[in-house]
Amino acid sequence: MTADYNFAYLDEQTKRMIRRALLKAVAVPGYQVPFASREMPMPYGWGTGGVQVTAACLTPDDTLKVIDQGADDTTNAVSIRNFFHRTAGIVTTEETEAASIIQTRHRIPEAPLSEQQILVYQVPIPEPLRFLEPRETETRKMHELQEYGLMHVKLYEDIARHGHIATTYAYPVKVAGRYVMDPSPIPKFDNPKLSDCAALQLFGAGREQRIYAIPPHTKVVSLDFEDHPFDPGHWDEDCALCGASNSYLDEVILDDAGGRMFVCSDSAHCRTRRKAGHVGPLGAPYKEEDA
Amino acid sequence: MTGMPLLRVAGLSKSYGRRVGCTDVGFDLWPGEVLGVVGESGSGKTTLLNCIGGNLAPDAGKVVYDTRADGLRDTLAMSEPERRMLMRTDWAFVHQNPRDGLRMAVSAGANVGERLMAVGARHYGRIRGAALDWLERVEIAAERIDDRPAAFSGGMQQRLQIARNLVTGPRLVFMDEPTGGLDVSVQARLLDLIRGLVRELGLSAIIVTHDLAVVRLLADRLLVMKDGRVIEAGLTDQVLDDPQQAYTQLLVSSVLQV
Amino acid sequence: MYVAAKGGERAIENAHAWMAEMRRGDRSVPELTVAQIREQMTLAVARVMAEGSLYDPDLAALAIKQARGDLVEAVFLVRAYRTTLPRFGASAPVETGRMACIRRVSAIFKDAPGGQVLGPTFDYTHRLLNFALMAEGAAPEAPVAEPAEAETPHIAEFLGQEGLIQDEPSGAEIPPDLTRTPLDFPAPRALRLQALARGDEGFLLGLAYSTQRGYARTHAFVGELRIGLVAVEIDIPELGFALEIAELRLTECETVNQFKGSKVEPPQFTRGYGLVFGQSERKALAMSLIDRALRWEELGEDFADAPAQDAEFVVSHCDNVRATGFLEHIKLPHYVDFQSELELVRRMRREAALASSREVAE
Repeated sequence: MTADYNFAYLDEQTKRMIRRALLKAVAVPGYQVPFASREMPMPYGWGTGGVQVTAACLTPDDTLKVIDQGADDTTNAVSIRNFFHRTAGIVTTEETEAASIIQTRHRIPEAPLSEQQILVYQVPIPEPLRFLEPRETETRKMHELQEYGLMHVKLYEDIARHGHIATTYAYPVKVAGRYVMDPSPIPKFDNPKLSDCAALQLFGAGREQRIYAIPPHTKVVSLDFEDHPFDPGHWDEDCALCGASNSYLDEVILDDAGGRMFVCSDSAHCRTRRKAGHVGPLGAPYKEEDA
Repeated sequence: MTGMPLLRVAGLSKSYGRRVGCTDVGFDLWPGEVLGVVGESGSGKTTLLNCIGGNLAPDAGKVVYDTRADGLRDTLAMSEPERRMLMRTDWAFVHQNPRDGLRMAVSAGANVGERLMAVGARHYGRIRGAALDWLERVEIAAERIDDRPAAFSGGMQQRLQIARNLVTGPRLVFMDEPTGGLDVSVQARLLDLIRGLVRELGLSAIIVTHDLAVVRLLADRLLVMKDGRVIEAGLTDQVLDDPQQAYTQLLVSSVLQV
Repeated sequence: MYVAAKGGERAIENAHAWMAEMRRGDRSVPELTVAQIREQMTLAVARVMAEGSLYDPDLAALAIKQARGDLVEAVFLVRAYRTTLPRFGASAPVETGRMACIRRVSAIFKDAPGGQVLGPTFDYTHRLLNFALMAEGAAPEAPVAEPAEAETPHIAEFLGQEGLIQDEPSGAEIPPDLTRTPLDFPAPRALRLQALARGDEGFLLGLAYSTQRGYARTHAFVGELRIGLVAVEIDIPELGFALEIAELRLTECETVNQFKGSKVEPPQFTRGYGLVFGQSERKALAMSLIDRALRWEELGEDFADAPAQDAEFVVSHCDNVRATGFLEHIKLPHYVDFQSELELVRRMRREAALASSREVAE
């Protein structure tokens, strides 16, 4: 028995259902819209929410980029890219500037995005209050009534205990001055890019059945205290390969003695810089076969 | 001062199936006044408190409160967001079991600071300062600010609950058996504290208790409840020293005067 | 010179090839056929159909073969397939009262119309490994009897005649479809039962067991357990009557539970219900006990803080495909987030070292 798939796997009814949820989400920035997530061919936890959102947005003219941990070549990014290649036949790319839709897990690309682009985030737990209040019935009420005191209680506890806010990824934000949102497990380093972004940002949580969105050019503020302002973090090192001083770096362990180097997490960004002639302390001039 | 009572309750009734909780209760409460509600278990006093305080929906009646911003409002007719806001700012509810009124999983400081953070306080240092200030007022040592309530004694937990409630400067406090389950010496200390705070802050309060010694010390006026009804009301000293109703006489005489 | 790790694509291809080899196993051993699984592993097939929410023994058997015997993986395959199937309509509710029972037992009466039919059960077997099964041999033949003529009415009906057991509310309302609408709380009973029907047997077994050991005990008696074939009928408007389109093997369990009596109702027995595809007794029994435990609120009982009473907890966590997806996803790369944590911990340790060396200096 062979199955002939509809464009991008999902049937048109399902896509329509997802688009309706997306429209609601865009109309109410940061608000989690319930949607009837479908069982997809990859497991819950592997990005089914992001895949459904991408599938609902894709048209035959789109160019798709898929990244995981910032890189195009990580196994799950490869797997998802192949999935869309098989079921939609669209052009795929590793170049951030060339993509019209970018599906991402755990990072925002370093290169600024444009109004022609959509960024689709894979979300594990959409509810920022979930680990403070496990009940959905209660957290729903808290959002409805803007009862976010508990969120700041958590930040207060961190400072009391550690001297710092101890959240380093999935750092909660307030969107358009109303809803507190979980931006997915991106490092807090990426949070500033959420605000006033030219691209449309869509968030899909398949297992938890929620969709939310940040419309282009929306104000997004990371939660903090006046006397403990949000700190995105920085690196003491530059990228060893391309010398970038303000991109998110991966730590790579080189030998038994604990020798290490730091390399751009965003592999496309690193390659673009090296192509342009930048060379880092441990890097070598760019050669085509490195691509 | 508007010349109006802070709180006017009228015709308040609540039943559970065929069993009556409270029936046709009404009274006025003035600013700075403490009202005691006494009776045995099953008299309906806790039901009454929960209905007025917003924890339970009554079957009938009005609870008209003089809000700061909007004048006289029937709290039972308020929308849920409005009522929840009221309960977090202008009102306070001290539960009999402090565990019901505290977050056991966060520190004492966070417990006290939460209401401030809930209404928009965003300066860690000032929040912590307010928490320290209040811990001192309820006689909890400052170095316990980062400890969790689970590490506190019952009396300390109760005092922490009071601090947590009073930090936003409410005008009306509901207390349900505030000294229940505490040792006699601890009770005395707590009552002294409450009396001091009430006077100092000009609070109005409704205190439910079966312990006449509590109302003798704290309450200006008294309601005596039996089988869901108010059977006697008046100034505390008058009711306790010269009870008119047979049931009140029984109540008064059967208690060891402290 | 460090070269960034690449080759994710090749790694995936090789992984799949190796797995296909392992699935086949020793090639000198005959390959397992789908028909063999369907016929000789019926209980595994039943479980995959039940949790996959799709009644098709061949597909379930194929899924088990492809999944190398991992039943949760097989359930995933079936569910993913189910998503792609078009829907033509809905059948009428099945009439389990007209089931052709191969097994029907009741713990609350010694006998009842329809009789106590033991059926093909492990219940009274002695759990001694039968080494004769290591060799293939002649299939045992069971003695045959005349089929029962009369119908087998539900035992609960007899209790109902005396008003001893609460009525089940019958509704003309079509219940929402759990696979088509997002889960919402509070969840009505119909939705909870759907979640339980496709919930993980192991998880529900543990929860049901917990109620028996005092975590919200419901005093369950098995009013009736029946297994057999029921007809599935679908209304054809153009024809003006209903057509039988399939026969399903179902397991149905009704438990009879003691009602403690609230302030509003005189004492009456209450019910728990379980219905599962295939011969799935353990699942049906577990489902009944949990169904009853989750009904505490509408029956005016107290919340005893028991996990089996917590609808949000039970329903959110009984779906094994969701559960395993999220559990196993922690194997995926998380090094970007871990990097942030590393930096914070390093920083805090530096600060602590600085603080203690300052103390020493003072």
